[in-house]
Amino acid sequence: MTEVDFDTHPKRYRHWRLDVDGEVATVSLAVDEHGGLVPGYDLKMNSYDLGVDIELYDAVQRLRFQHPEVKAVVMTGGLDRMFCAGANIRMLAQSSHAWKVNFCKFTNETRNGIEDATDHSGQTWLAAVNGTAAGGGYELALACEEIVLVDDGSSTVSLPEVPLLGVLPGTGGLTRVVDKRHVRKDRADLFATKAEGYRGDTAVQWGLVDATVPKRDWDEEIGRRAHQAAARSTRSGSRGVELTPLGRTVDGDTLRYPFVTATLDRDARRVDVTVEGPTDAPPADAAGVLAQGVDYWPFAVTRALDDLVLRLRTNEPLLGTWVVRTHGDTDLVLAYDAQLADLAGDWFVNEVHHYYKRTVKRLDVTSRSLIAVIEPGSCFTGLLLELALACDRQYMLEGVYEDVDPAADPATITLTASNDGAFPMGNGLSRLASRFWGHDDDLEGARKLLGERLDAHAAEEAGLVTMALDDIDFEDEIRIVLEERASLSPDALTGMEANHRFVGPETVETKIFGRLTAWQNWIFVRPNASGPDGALRRYGSGQRGDYDYKRV
Amino acid sequence: MSTDSRTGPAPSPTGPLSKIDYTERIPNNVNLAGDRRLQRALEAWQPKFLDWWTTLGPALPTKDVYLRTAIAVGRDGWAHFDHVPMEEYRWGIFLAERDTERTISFGKHKGEPAWQEIPGEHRADLMRLIVVQGDTEPASVEQQRILGNTAPSIYDLRNLFQVNVEEGRHLWAMVYLLQAYFGREGREEAEQLLKRNSGDLDAPRILGAFNEETTDWLQFFMFTYFTDRDGKYQLGTLKESAFDPLARTCEFMLKEEAHHMFVGTTGVQRTVERTAQVMKEIREKGGTADAATVLQHGAIPLDVIQKYLNFQFSVSMDLFGSEQSTNAGNYYSSGLKGRWQEARRKDDHVLLDDTRTMNYVEDGEIRQKEVPMLSALNLDLRDEYAADCANGVRRWNQELEDAELEERLALPHEGFNRKVGVYAHHHLSPEGEVLDDATWERRVGDWLPSPEDRQAVASLMVPEYEYGKFAGWIAPPKTGINDQPVEFDYVHLAEEGVA
Repeated sequence: MTEVDFDTHPKRYRHWRLDVDGEVATVSLAVDEHGGLVPGYDLKMNSYDLGVDIELYDAVQRLRFQHPEVKAVVMTGGLDRMFCAGANIRMLAQSSHAWKVNFCKFTNETRNGIEDATDHSGQTWLAAVNGTAAGGGYELALACEEIVLVDDGSSTVSLPEVPLLGVLPGTGGLTRVVDKRHVRKDRADLFATKAEGYRGDTAVQWGLVDATVPKRDWDEEIGRRAHQAAARSTRSGSRGVELTPLGRTVDGDTLRYPFVTATLDRDARRVDVTVEGPTDAPPADAAGVLAQGVDYWPFAVTRALDDLVLRLRTNEPLLGTWVVRTHGDTDLVLAYDAQLADLAGDWFVNEVHHYYKRTVKRLDVTSRSLIAVIEPGSCFTGLLLELALACDRQYMLEGVYEDVDPAADPATITLTASNDGAFPMGNGLSRLASRFWGHDDDLEGARKLLGERLDAHAAEEAGLVTMALDDIDFEDEIRIVLEERASLSPDALTGMEANHRFVGPETVETKIFGRLTAWQNWIFVRPNASGPDGALRRYGSGQRGDYDYKRV
Repeated sequence: MSTDSRTGPAPSPTGPLSKIDYTERIPNNVNLAGDRRLQRALEAWQPKFLDWWTTLGPALPTKDVYLRTAIAVGRDGWAHFDHVPMEEYRWGIFLAERDTERTISFGKHKGEPAWQEIPGEHRADLMRLIVVQGDTEPASVEQQRILGNTAPSIYDLRNLFQVNVEEGRHLWAMVYLLQAYFGREGREEAEQLLKRNSGDLDAPRILGAFNEETTDWLQFFMFTYFTDRDGKYQLGTLKESAFDPLARTCEFMLKEEAHHMFVGTTGVQRTVERTAQVMKEIREKGGTADAATVLQHGAIPLDVIQKYLNFQFSVSMDLFGSEQSTNAGNYYSSGLKGRWQEARRKDDHVLLDDTRTMNYVEDGEIRQKEVPMLSALNLDLRDEYAADCANGVRRWNQELEDAELEERLALPHEGFNRKVGVYAHHHLSPEGEVLDDATWERRVGDWLPSPEDRQAVASLMVPEYEYGKFAGWIAPPKTGINDQPVEFDYVHLAEEGVA
């Protein structure tokens, strides 16, 4: 399998162009047909694959961190009369199921990230749909706050997946049409079954787009809307933080980043991830934070975790269990944790905060078993405790390892305001509230413990860990638990974990990662899509899919 | 280890010996002194065990008993005899010697080194197997606790207590595995082993046969013959386990089981011997040796013995579970539980392609079908067991033959009185005839002990505590224990026990 790298830079983009003009940036898609990530397909008609989306993700991140001056982002097509044709069908047809699923997950996260920029960075995304937007192309536009479609008598927006490919518009399309754009369900039904889609007037009338504009007024109208959005923004700041290459080193089966280490155990099909706490006290003020830039501890940790999660998900599908540990000084973590809240009004700190939020959300939707191990020397505190709470189980050592370091201080965990809503999950709840869903007393009880150092007994009492075990039992228990986990059906585990992690209310996000994704993944493995005569495989052959018409 | 002039020293061990630390409260060959986890776990558990022994162990107060204590795992070291107060019996932990070269001999892991630790994948299954096995050990002690009050001799009383303390030790053995290898969950299960009690309405023992009352000594003998033999066969399959500590534990337990088998075999044999003798005497005097007459002469009628046999054999057969079992197949394939005498089987020890025939009942008759061997491993084990059971019956019949009597005892058909498996919802006669409900109801009293039968047996159960004397319903043994005479003072009763 191709090892996928998520490192890129605007200078190396093959498919996107990023232009910044004062407070408005433009990202233009002009896909290099021959720039596919893996051989076997041409990226015709501005269709995309994972490589195209990795560049988009890079652009989204750079706009947030390197361009505090940018308050509106216009996404547009760089080809004539073609905004974007969506995911490349030949790529989908030749890909393994796991690849398709991981691809969809990443593209979904990127689109959620675009919405997050609009909602939390004062960086509003506008889709300037200057040609046809089909399938995933329209879904890109749906992630933007406003959609303007060119009124040229031929360009349409469409979701042709169902009629042409026998699959779903799985990058949020179905969900956002009804849930975000409030298109009536019968119209949504018409829309999603009509391969050629709808032109301007109907699209506006139904709410599929916000406006349709003839070519002669195009630039002016897009510019007007962009500046209008920028005027609403509260984003401030003049100097950005350059996203320099990650200091990642690979040493056999060990990946090292500043503050994050991952050891891959292929025999046990497991990854041991250790996050290091800060080594120094936080800088005194926002200026100091900005001066540290990529070296600011919360940012460095987040970048490392983000890259690690993406790489492991894409490149290491066999490593089904991730064991998460932390190591460091609780006091220092607390200081940074407090600073993130104190300086929340600063644009950069705000970006770090939301980046960490998005990164832990990636864990929530990761199809791996996540186990937190809390030992002496760990620093699961505030924002780092979110990592443990994101895990499926938490094991905490009661006391110390008598045979190793009897003089060590027993592990503690500390809840802070960070655990009480600062980093919500996709369901809109904190991980704490999700944990105690339906148990308001326990939630209130935990909230009363904010700031207290909880030893294993107290943590277990408060329901914050799965099991507190002393050193006599601990190691063996962990070993057995991990072996047991590794022996279970990976499919059943993925489904089970996804169900358990997301309690409570539905949101666009939970619908996309739950309902839409689950249905899509089912459809992907059905012969009607992926069989030799399935629609996905036959697309472009001149033959339609040959369906088994039995409803399931 | 103290000895005294009457018993002489213990025989010197001749086999390979493990170093055993006698200074420990818990004799063992598992390096208890060097294992902090085990020490804590067992020291917490031991008082609860002693408490259980005091409350639910043998009810008859004794001063001391001539008991065999395992002091080493070598050929003779496990059979050290001495008079010991029962509450001071040293319940130890012994595993057979480790063979460092041992490989797994069956299933999908065949040929791989045996496991010294629990693979996480099999934790739940292994724990279940050990818990079920462990649950039976204290159960029989509970079932037999009042039998001492009606012991037919001091010799038999000693044998009962020996069986009891060894069942206690077997519980220890299983508890050791739970504590040493299964972490906190294992400790919790170990405690539950003492919380469930035989026949307890709220927390009964796991397996049905271990909640049946042991009403009298004939049933005790039948129990040790038939039901303990089930234990022997289960241990035999666990002795093959890929999990080496379990295999070694069971291997050592099997040595002790042999004594339990001996108590059952000879106990029934001596009962039959006495009955045959009485029948012969009646007939020689021209009388009719019918049940009532035999009973009047103080012996147990042969047909009552047969009914007891029928009952105990059939409930013990149920212990093997359903003939076809997915669990048993999985246990085998995973290497958790082998077959009886796995090494001697001449096949591939994987069994994926093998089949065997199996009886079942349809349209009022017994038919046969081919089933995958892997699905029928419970049946495989049960067949081995039933064949073994037949040996004892032959031995008992020898007593009848020696007394020149025509009557014979027989094992009932495998489908007789079954509550588990393919026969569960059918009535079969001891000869294997499929019966309708009405016929069964009419005849069942001829085949299974009625309350009157048990009453009759109970009436003969008067204690005989004089050294060398035996109750009238049972013949004395040919020899004593450990080369001691039959009239040896095997048990010293406490003062209040004699009164």
